[in-house]
Amino acid sequence: MNNKVAFRALNMHFGNVDVLRDVNLDVREGEFVCILGPSGCGKSTLLNIVAGFITPSAGDVSIDGVPVAGPDSRRIFVFQERGTFPWLTVEQNIGFGLFRLSDAEKRERIAHYVQLVGLQGFEKSYPRELSGGMKQRLEVARALAVNPDVLYLDEPFGALDSITRLQMRRELLRIWQAEKKTILFVTHDIEESVQLADRVVVMSQRPAHIRRDIVIDIPHPRDISAPRYIQLRDQLFAEIGLAHQV
Amino acid sequence: MKAEGGRLKAEVVLPVCTGVGLLLVWHFAVLFSGTKIFPSPTAVGQAVVSLAEKSLLWSYIRDSLMRVAAGYLAAVLIGVPLGMVAGWYSTLDRALNPLVQLLRPISPLAWMPLAVIWFGVSNMAPMFLIFLATLFPVIVATTNAVRNVPPMFLQAGRNFGLTAPQLIRRVIFPAVLPRIVVGLRIAFGVAWIVLVASEMIAVDSGLGYLIIDARNAGKRYDLVVAGMLLIGVIGLVLDLAFRRIERFRSVAWAIEN
Repeated sequence: MNNKVAFRALNMHFGNVDVLRDVNLDVREGEFVCILGPSGCGKSTLLNIVAGFITPSAGDVSIDGVPVAGPDSRRIFVFQERGTFPWLTVEQNIGFGLFRLSDAEKRERIAHYVQLVGLQGFEKSYPRELSGGMKQRLEVARALAVNPDVLYLDEPFGALDSITRLQMRRELLRIWQAEKKTILFVTHDIEESVQLADRVVVMSQRPAHIRRDIVIDIPHPRDISAPRYIQLRDQLFAEIGLAHQV
Repeated sequence: MKAEGGRLKAEVVLPVCTGVGLLLVWHFAVLFSGTKIFPSPTAVGQAVVSLAEKSLLWSYIRDSLMRVAAGYLAAVLIGVPLGMVAGWYSTLDRALNPLVQLLRPISPLAWMPLAVIWFGVSNMAPMFLIFLATLFPVIVATTNAVRNVPPMFLQAGRNFGLTAPQLIRRVIFPAVLPRIVVGLRIAFGVAWIVLVASEMIAVDSGLGYLIIDARNAGKRYDLVVAGMLLIGVIGLVLDLAFRRIERFRSVAWAIEN
């Protein structure tokens, strides 16, 4: 697999606050990488830099060997919550980035992604008429509709209830396997990272650097009570500095 | 259907009951107190009819509406673009905001003497006062609307490759529209309130003029109260019309939340 995303000696500070210190990371094409870290450690900042929303203080990020200079519709960012446009219907939201296509192509693309994320029957609904999980699926569909190579997900399921969150993870894995995207997924949820990722990158406290890079060598679908799953999960708990006890 | 009936009851039947009740109280209060100053509801009704017969009613209403419309539209045409730019460029906002906050608390009525000197006896004087009264609320509402657009909407727009003009048309404009519409409705209420005072100078027509003229020329309190009620009723109708705009889908998404 080719290397897709490369972070090189990335540093970021806001005023006097050091947020990221010397981050180096390679992500291969089609890989699902979770960036795991404590709240406020700077992992969202990292994602905002690779998405081109903010410029790093030093170092650089390149995709396919080309330095990131700004947002790009080949790489779509999915926000924590409520990133869908509330004044547009489901189908208008999905079609938002398709303004370069003909009407026929656009209709076809919208129908495909409505189907993929299971929003049939809600094409004319507005986001406020949808549940939290449906809104998040809509945002994923809007991102996928422009056929990006990379998806950036910033704690996308953080605001959902725990049952919906589990369903959404399964959905996302299904979509990832169907669409073959490279995914960078930021989360502070250890279980989530072990359930989803090919590789979990553990960030330290601020100023954040990469503490560990752990390959999750379990095939999908993953049995979350298998010894290997528990072993990897506990390794991550220890890495984050938590005793695995409530 | 039951809920529909309940809403009809709440929105129409109840206010009508209040209105009829007040009319009755008013009628009997005038009757039993034997006052010679305050007119009875029937006297006010007759005053309205007599105005209509002299064809003054419609021309006064028309003149008032025209002045409010002109002053208000001028304020909207200047205030909305200015507010948008100020909401976007914080430098301009910092330059402009102290001036707005300084001028805003000055009652438009304080400008009356200047309005008369500048515009003389003409429609321009009341229009200018209405313009002043509505300009600042419009600027403030628009600036806030733009400043409150969630950054993630702009980021998403840029992420999908929108150019600056596309971003304005497809993201910023729809995002700010609901707040601006509400701001415009509130500003319109202000314009209508200022109307009476602004027509007490410099003009010889309109509902405000009717009130001041009826008092000055023979203490016709039936006409005074008729003028007051006409202003109230027309204000109510226009506000209801504005509220209908707020139910449009492109606006309602934000207001229902």
